[in-house]
Amino acid sequence: MTEDTNDNTNTNCNYLSFEDGIADIDRQIAELSSLSQKEGTDNSSKIRKLQRAQVAEFKRIYSSLSPWQTVQVSRHPQRPLFGDYLNLMVKDFRQLHGDRTFGDDPAMVCGLGHIGREKVMIIGQNKGRETKEKIKCNFGCPNPEGYRKALSKMKLAEKFNIPIVTLIDTPGAYPGIGAEERGQAQAIAVNLMEMSRLKVPVICIVIGEGGSGGALGIGVGDRFAILEFAYYSVISPEGCAAILWRDGSKAPEAAEALKLTSSELQRLGLADAIIPEPLGGAHRNIHDTVYSVEQYIIKSLRQLKRTKLENLLDTRYKKLRAIGTAATKLSEAGVAAERIKASAENFIKKGKAAETKPATTKI
Amino acid sequence: MAKDNKSQWDGFSLKPRREMPEGLWVKCPGCEKTIYKKKAVENRDVCPECDYHFRIGAADRIRYLADEGSFEQIHTEMVSADPLDFHFRGTTYKDRAAAAETRAAGKEAILVGKAFIKGRGVSLAVMDFNYLGGSMGAVVGEKLCAAIDKAIEEKLPLIVVSASGGARMHEGVVSLGQMAKTSAALARLDDAGGLFISILTDPTTGGVTASFAMLGDVIIAEPKALIGFAGPRTILETIKVELPEGFQRAEFLLEHGFVDMIVHRKDMRSEIARLIDYTC
Ligand SMILES: [Zn+2]
Repeated sequence: MTEDTNDNTNTNCNYLSFEDGIADIDRQIAELSSLSQKEGTDNSSKIRKLQRAQVAEFKRIYSSLSPWQTVQVSRHPQRPLFGDYLNLMVKDFRQLHGDRTFGDDPAMVCGLGHIGREKVMIIGQNKGRETKEKIKCNFGCPNPEGYRKALSKMKLAEKFNIPIVTLIDTPGAYPGIGAEERGQAQAIAVNLMEMSRLKVPVICIVIGEGGSGGALGIGVGDRFAILEFAYYSVISPEGCAAILWRDGSKAPEAAEALKLTSSELQRLGLADAIIPEPLGGAHRNIHDTVYSVEQYIIKSLRQLKRTKLENLLDTRYKKLRAIGTAATKLSEAGVAAERIKASAENFIKKGKAAETKPATTKI
Repeated sequence: MAKDNKSQWDGFSLKPRREMPEGLWVKCPGCEKTIYKKKAVENRDVCPECDYHFRIGAADRIRYLADEGSFEQIHTEMVSADPLDFHFRGTTYKDRAAAAETRAAGKEAILVGKAFIKGRGVSLAVMDFNYLGGSMGAVVGEKLCAAIDKAIEEKLPLIVVSASGGARMHEGVVSLGQMAKTSAALARLDDAGGLFISILTDPTTGGVTASFAMLGDVIIAEPKALIGFAGPRTILETIKVELPEGFQRAEFLLEHGFVDMIVHRKDMRSEIARLIDYTC
């Protein structure tokens, strides 16, 4: 990004607690520019120097964000939301509201549109920007009807062979009385099963918060990508700390323990790609962020549309089935038993005791 | 919220349900009567006075469900490799798992294998709440998928008994991924025309409910079992209003259309056998 836009967006940004250095430089720049206006002196070279220092500071901070800092960036009040992606990336968006069973859930937005030259069904969680909108959207926590709406639109896309793109940004599915009455768990479960066998390409991207089952409910597909400073977790760090330590304020440590960052996700084999964010996080340059996401979608669609349906479904299934296989192993007793069994078999076969091989956990 | 549950057990309580304690006589948490333990055990760990279903481990569950000695367990030695190297303020996953093993029927929160129920062959998976609250990690997902594969390959009905607090926090996103994995495997079983009977026992919540447990062709619940997505405490803390009576109990789910039948523990075998006969 250019130093120009950097300057522009910074002035209306809330600084995060670990961005004191950035804020400090911004203050100095502001002082110098007002000074040059008042007194007519030329401070441009000083300002340029400060801007360079700021870029260095950004790089220093953002190259080693802690997991908890990452969570804070992903929840930044100015972070691009689903609506921003719709505005900047999707042409001729036709929103489709109806879940056909209960009611319209504003926390889940679905519709047809074009990304690049591709027709897509785009689905995402909407958190809302202003307080009123946030409340209306339940802060991006969908109810069961939201998940059912999403599935019904995915089925529509399947019928007309239109690829599906989901943008995930939710703290989690809503935990309320009505949500339970209307089967929150069942709605998510059905989405997981049906998405695993949709006969069109499905691309899922975590753009902010990837909160647990609520995120996964629209997060099963052929590609799973995550923005650099987004997170994806089985439980919120606050929830984890509350359960293990009865103290939600220990969330930073829980974030560490949960390994919820994009790089960990890729290491664990759960993410196909990490989409890089602009210097200082997505909120500092919304256009660049959306552009990177758009490019990822276009590239992935090109690959997936070339794949034969049979292979597409088979690859998707194998990918899902492989999740966590490497996280299992044989117990010590199991390893010993396997060894004895193997050498006994070899003894019978070859008439001699064979060398013992380490047992595999393959099943 | 009912505060006095003196005479009749109404099933609603924020207190977790218990297994039968040690001793000759036990006090039933349901009716608060002192009952002769032997009688309750003979009644499959159900209070003879008020039908309070005590929590039971996986071993007892299999004993009550399968024909005697018919359960052939597979993957008994599969354990977690601790993918996150999870540690938080001095507690480690490894320690928790080692402690859990001493309480549980097996080395993980699920037991899977082939069994017979009233002479009908089934692929059986039984969760064990005594192992880390029956939470689902990579091993639970992998073993359940093995049971689903067995059901497909040998054309057996799949019977899964759930008892779980949900996903296993200590395995982070790997445990979250098990929801997608098991649901995808069930889609294959569905495509193959196999029967899946899901049995929900106290408690079935979180990521287990939001994946395989709610995907049964037939969903059966034990009386008054706690079944839900979010736990009652989480909901209380979020919305800060009193929860309605009987909220998230099996009867509540039946009323709202998410469970097909509520079956007493003593009738479970015959009910399963009947359903199997209808589908083959
Ligand atoms: Zn009783």
